[in-house]
Amino acid sequence: MKVAFYPGCVSKGACPELYVSARLIAEPLGLELHELVSAPCTGAGVLSEQNRELADALNGLTLAMAEAEGADLMTICSTCQGVLSDHNFHLKNDEARREKANATIADQGYSYGGTATVKHLLWMLFEDIGIERVTASIKRKLTGLKIAPFYGCYILRPSEALGLRERPERKTYLNQLIALLGAEPVEYRGATKCCGFPMLTFNRDKALAMGGNHIIEAKEKGADLLVTPCPLCHLNLDGQQPDAARVLKQDIDVPIFHLPQLLGLAFGFEPDELRLNHHVVSTKGALEKVELKV
Amino acid sequence: MQFTIEVGRYNPEGVYADDAQPGLPFPPPWDKSPVRRYQTYTVDLPEHAVVLDALIAIREYLDPSLAVRCACRSAICGSCGMWINGHANLACKSKLAAFSQGGKTRVESPPSMPLIRDLVCDMKPFWDKHLAVRPWLENKQPTPPADREYRVPNASMEELIQEVSCISCGVCLMDCESFAVDQDFLGPQALAQAYRYAGDPRDDKTKERLGQYSGPGGIWDCTHCFECVQQCPKGVAPLDQILKLRKMAVDAGFTHNPGTRHADAFAESVKHSGRLNELTLMPKSTGLFNIVGQLKTLPSAINMARAGKLPPLIHKSIPGVERIRKIFQRVGGRFK
Repeated sequence: MKVAFYPGCVSKGACPELYVSARLIAEPLGLELHELVSAPCTGAGVLSEQNRELADALNGLTLAMAEAEGADLMTICSTCQGVLSDHNFHLKNDEARREKANATIADQGYSYGGTATVKHLLWMLFEDIGIERVTASIKRKLTGLKIAPFYGCYILRPSEALGLRERPERKTYLNQLIALLGAEPVEYRGATKCCGFPMLTFNRDKALAMGGNHIIEAKEKGADLLVTPCPLCHLNLDGQQPDAARVLKQDIDVPIFHLPQLLGLAFGFEPDELRLNHHVVSTKGALEKVELKV
Repeated sequence: MQFTIEVGRYNPEGVYADDAQPGLPFPPPWDKSPVRRYQTYTVDLPEHAVVLDALIAIREYLDPSLAVRCACRSAICGSCGMWINGHANLACKSKLAAFSQGGKTRVESPPSMPLIRDLVCDMKPFWDKHLAVRPWLENKQPTPPADREYRVPNASMEELIQEVSCISCGVCLMDCESFAVDQDFLGPQALAQAYRYAGDPRDDKTKERLGQYSGPGGIWDCTHCFECVQQCPKGVAPLDQILKLRKMAVDAGFTHNPGTRHADAFAESVKHSGRLNELTLMPKSTGLFNIVGQLKTLPSAINMARAGKLPPLIHKSIPGVERIRKIFQRVGGRFK
């Protein structure tokens, strides 16, 4: 299946393990990735906050590029998903906004017709690729692992632009997937809460406490690891975890996996190929439970 | 239709029915909130019944000791905000059938607020925040004579309809993620009201307000999680109003804060390369001359570098980046 692949800045920056693992799992899933290499950053909500017209034009350009590819746009980042969904929702439904964005990008040879579909890999697994194909690709069941899903905010809220009103089952995909891969999903409150990353630079200690609290809750419920569809959550939960432990005066030490890394493990790829040896919090203990080493 | 309700009970006297089951402590940051006893009731109500109907039926017919705060039953007075299956909602606006999970609905006072008794929490933190933003007009002079209205363009008031719809129920604050870890955060309701007055053309203190709201506990301490937008029963969308205040504050010159530096550094990076340069974003947001701030982020940076998680040292632009620069120029505004 052909998709217009939008990897997002972080997967090419501070989370290269996300990009590498997403590329690896594409083949077993039958995904033909047409990367939108000339598409700009979504602005992550930061640009739209100060200059909505600018963010409409930038995201309108990306959506027009996906339209030109004639394929659904696939994200691997919840923040990209949230921002693109929001702009797509408004550019589809508000003709004046769409016309304005199109007027800005017209001389670049692009025009957005309002027909693009933006989908996170997590949604595509269930809605396009199908769980039969996912199941058929499993070569290594993750039996024995207790995995806490960490959805984060932008793949869940606001529910209208994300299409969750029509498809409420999207709120349960991570849990379903964990079970499908043979592991046990951990039920905990933090699963749908904020990781704290958006206020890391503004209110550092509170942002660290926010993320750290969720990991501690999952750990107390027996989680061996957390899995997230968002690399920004990963930056706060993995990258900042030692600092969060310092702020909360508590040992944490729970590895955080990207969604494609977890899929990759189940599809038989080696931990090193998935760059599971390039995390701040060691993945060793969790991998030993499925008899793997990094 | 039969509905089963698990009600989180608490009283300072520690007196509970024999069949009330002790619950688990709440996860951090609410681990100090009293552990509830959960008492299960079964009520027979029509299919369209709301959670509040069940609570009133319990109090009237099964257990008069249940404390619950309510008045209008019509989502107008804002008294019956509480946790229903772990999220803040108005009990009078939440259909039982829609909330029932496995035949049960769990109702309790939100652990983010001080608890008085059963379903009644202390709203003092809410009202303190509400008052702190000075939620009243400070009229521009001269005001019209006493027998005349203060007239403003219709469109400028239409802009404020969303905020005026607030019924002060506190549901947004009860589920606010920033408030959960930071009691000093003004919170979604107060800041939405802050916009209601800062955005009013009759108000004379806009600049002072924006200065106050830009400070600690203000607009930049929101974590942007959309919980308030999702849970508000009146469509106030507090986060949207906080973002409007951020723009107003920056436009008014309140730019010496990490929030503005972050937005500027973000825009600069996207304009020049089409993508985010994470290597420069954090130091620029923190403030290049903020030595203490820089030192605080240093251990994390070292940890990430050690793990091989630093962004490439040479930041590459996307192909056709001139296109992006042109878009920035054409739109204009702050980031031009």
